Amino acid sequence: MPTEMTQRQRMWSAFMRNRTALVGGVLALLVVLVAIFAPFISPFDPLEQDSYFRLMGGSSKHWLGTDDFGRDVLSRIIWGSRVSLLIGAISVALGMLAGTAMGMVAGYFRGKLESLIMRSVDILMCFPDLILAIAVTAALGSNLFNLIITIGIVMTPRFARLAHGSLLSLKESEYVLAAQAIGVKAPRIIVRHIFPNIFGELLVAGTLWIGVAIRLEANLAFIGLGVQPPTPTWGNMIREGVDVLINAPGISVYSGLSILITILSFNLLGDGIRDMIDPKLRGE
Amino acid sequence: MFNYAVRRILQSIPILFIVLTLVFLIVRILPGDPAVAALGDYASKEAVNALREKMGLNAPLWLQYIRFISDLFRGDFGISAITGYPVSTQIIRVLPYTLELTFSAILLGYIFGVPLGISAAIRRNTFIDYFNRIFSLIGLSVPAFYLGILLILVFSIKFPLFPVVGGGDITNLSDNLRHLFLPALSLALIMTAYITRMTRSSILDILREDYVRTARSKGVADRIVLYKHVLRNALIPIVALGGLYAVVLIGSSVMVEIVFSRPGLGKLMVGAIKQRDYTTLQSVMVLYTVIVVVINLVTDLVYKLIDPRIKYD
Amino acid sequence: MSDILLEVKNLKTYFYTDEGVAKAVDGMDFVIRRGETLGMIGESGCGKSVSALSIMQLVASPPGRIVEGEILFEGEDLLKKTPSEVKKIRGNDISMIFQEPMTSLNPVFTIGNQIMEPIILHQKLDKEKARKKAIEMLDMVGMSSPEKQIDNYPHQLSGGMRQRAMIAMALSCEPKLLIADEPTTALDVTIQAQILELLKKIREEIGMAVMMITHDLAVIAEVSDNVLVAYAGKALEYADVKTIFREPKHPYTQALYDSIPRLTDTKKRRLEVIPGMVPNPLEFPPGCRFHPRCKFTKSVCKEEEPELEEANNMHKVRCFIYDENKAGLF
Repeated sequence: MPTEMTQRQRMWSAFMRNRTALVGGVLALLVVLVAIFAPFISPFDPLEQDSYFRLMGGSSKHWLGTDDFGRDVLSRIIWGSRVSLLIGAISVALGMLAGTAMGMVAGYFRGKLESLIMRSVDILMCFPDLILAIAVTAALGSNLFNLIITIGIVMTPRFARLAHGSLLSLKESEYVLAAQAIGVKAPRIIVRHIFPNIFGELLVAGTLWIGVAIRLEANLAFIGLGVQPPTPTWGNMIREGVDVLINAPGISVYSGLSILITILSFNLLGDGIRDMIDPKLRGE
Repeated sequence: MFNYAVRRILQSIPILFIVLTLVFLIVRILPGDPAVAALGDYASKEAVNALREKMGLNAPLWLQYIRFISDLFRGDFGISAITGYPVSTQIIRVLPYTLELTFSAILLGYIFGVPLGISAAIRRNTFIDYFNRIFSLIGLSVPAFYLGILLILVFSIKFPLFPVVGGGDITNLSDNLRHLFLPALSLALIMTAYITRMTRSSILDILREDYVRTARSKGVADRIVLYKHVLRNALIPIVALGGLYAVVLIGSSVMVEIVFSRPGLGKLMVGAIKQRDYTTLQSVMVLYTVIVVVINLVTDLVYKLIDPRIKYD
Repeated sequence: MSDILLEVKNLKTYFYTDEGVAKAVDGMDFVIRRGETLGMIGESGCGKSVSALSIMQLVASPPGRIVEGEILFEGEDLLKKTPSEVKKIRGNDISMIFQEPMTSLNPVFTIGNQIMEPIILHQKLDKEKARKKAIEMLDMVGMSSPEKQIDNYPHQLSGGMRQRAMIAMALSCEPKLLIADEPTTALDVTIQAQILELLKKIREEIGMAVMMITHDLAVIAEVSDNVLVAYAGKALEYADVKTIFREPKHPYTQALYDSIPRLTDTKKRRLEVIPGMVPNPLEFPPGCRFHPRCKFTKSVCKEEEPELEEANNMHKVRCFIYDENKAGLF
């Protein structure tokens, strides 16, 4: 009987039934595992050059071939996942933290503070993501740490808008009014009453926007503003691959495919989670 | 309606001002001395200083700001220290390429995306629908520059139908279009994917509304219910969100211009950053934000046209 | 021409959900004669709205489906007609008005546009004539300055005015039957009275039959000729309005009647409540569907389901108390 399952078990079974979320989750997990266990599963050292085997296509030794320096493409792709996932996940986490805090504060306290915060958000969003990212990267430099900060800055306004909007609509809901009527103080209301309800939306957005962050990182790398060579990143590899596109298309194609699959997996996962949460929100 | 348009335009001006200021500040934060970049690392200190004087870089910040704003108003984008040419000439030369790229991609996205989304919504959970949704999802997950590279592979190796490099002669229509096709396709496919998804979910949402049931209860034919009652309501969020995505598309257009070596603001911008050509850089950024503000404005006005509930003030 | 306009026989409309089959309407029978007003009363979830939607074939089709029954309109089974034939009847011979006038009107079109739509569709009038007719209808429903209001959007009107606009829209082709699904529930009491007066007036002018669905006994008393009491997808009692109020036979009807607070009540009398809750359409109780909440339940009520039978002249009840074979058990 349904009532015997706990809330958690029910959500898990809903997750399992939802093919989109499942496929996305499995794929994303695979990518994460590849990134974590890169040193163990990578057949070669990604920096190891072998001038005798340059620009070879796939072979039994080098499954995906070698690049212009004789480095194994598959190994570089495996190691490249680390950069993409690290930047993607941490920058989104930073953006979520900063943006949500800003948005919730603006939405809850209203007035001048809200105007200030949300106007700044509006101004920042007048810049297309990539252009802002390029400008800030040029200012801060393109090492791993600063790239995370840069993309985190770019992601912040989105989260701020999301949190602000959610907060405004929830703030007028009756259970919040009830809590205020009893005299619960503002920070407690935000944390205990409002946040759990925004949490679902944030989770969906965060998952989906990891894809955006990864794409931004790849874009920057392709322009040459990403983590610098010889560190393998997927964006770098596509760029290097373009120079030899006609002879060895595999380099660009496979690294790009890795980006595509990774972003796709997070999109599927985010979509799936949203499907699970939404009908609950709407009430079937 | 006209009054509303004017008022919205006026409202955009302060925002534009602040954005310009932000551009000014960002460019000034960038590392590296533009004079050194222009003259090279081995130039003498005197030469560098002289150039700095000439570029006005030794003046206090507020003075530089005032010059910046007043120059902009006169349409003077300054002279690039790297190339020696006025920035406005460069911009005027490449701007049409960028404009035709972005606007054709946005337009195509709507032209193909809306009908595809409608067909997916009404054939919900059938084969066509699943097919549509998978393609949309892939379209949303692929970086524009990668799609461009794949198109280059197909159209240079397999079927050499279209040029893969350059922008062509803008005055020659057929040459122009031939050079526009692949870059625009890279962006348009992605925009179509996005609009298709939006349309599908928006229509499914509207189909649930009470007034659709009311329309059917009057005996209105299904096709008319869909295209009259449903579509117009469904378009409201599609336009709003499509406008937001168009801004993202502008960012992607930078990548596409680089991949196809196509003249445009994007290529200009990236070149400017690498060469520390800050005069060009700030002008290009200003222009990009103007385009964004214009797109937001147009979105707003179209939105207002469709939805009578928005108050005119 | 037969006196009977609409005859519903053994209507069953089920909803197929992940959690099981919800039998929203599970064997409804009733009859509406020309010019008659049938009041259908019941608590939420008893199947009254779904019956109405089934007549118009507007039930959301997954997950709902009309699985059995006949809906005879002027002798012809609506369920056997083609979709285009059904569309000719909707808005034309049978019209419907809904509970929430705010969400039931399309926000992006003027009320004039929406009222003219069925006129142009069914009566084939051109735009000018249709507009004139629409203004007449707005006038008939008591809207002030109809020639100005006609170009307003729904959000510019108050709740009462929107409901009037909906009524104008439903009546524009002079239907033979108007189905009104809780038309006044969302409105406040004074407006409610006005709308009911309006319906009564129009009904007389056009000679229209009305199916009034509500959970409010006062509304039933005000407008109905005959009353059908619905519960758990079935009809429990059917009689003319005076009889239903003077001699309610079914325990449920009696309980409904008793639960109304009265001005003459002394302070000491507690409000009567019907214990328990409306049953879940996914799982009806065995036997008589009302038995868990009934004061008079006996073991036969838990095992068998009573039929809807005539107790007196035209007074039908579904209860073993009135079954000649079983009456002795009570």
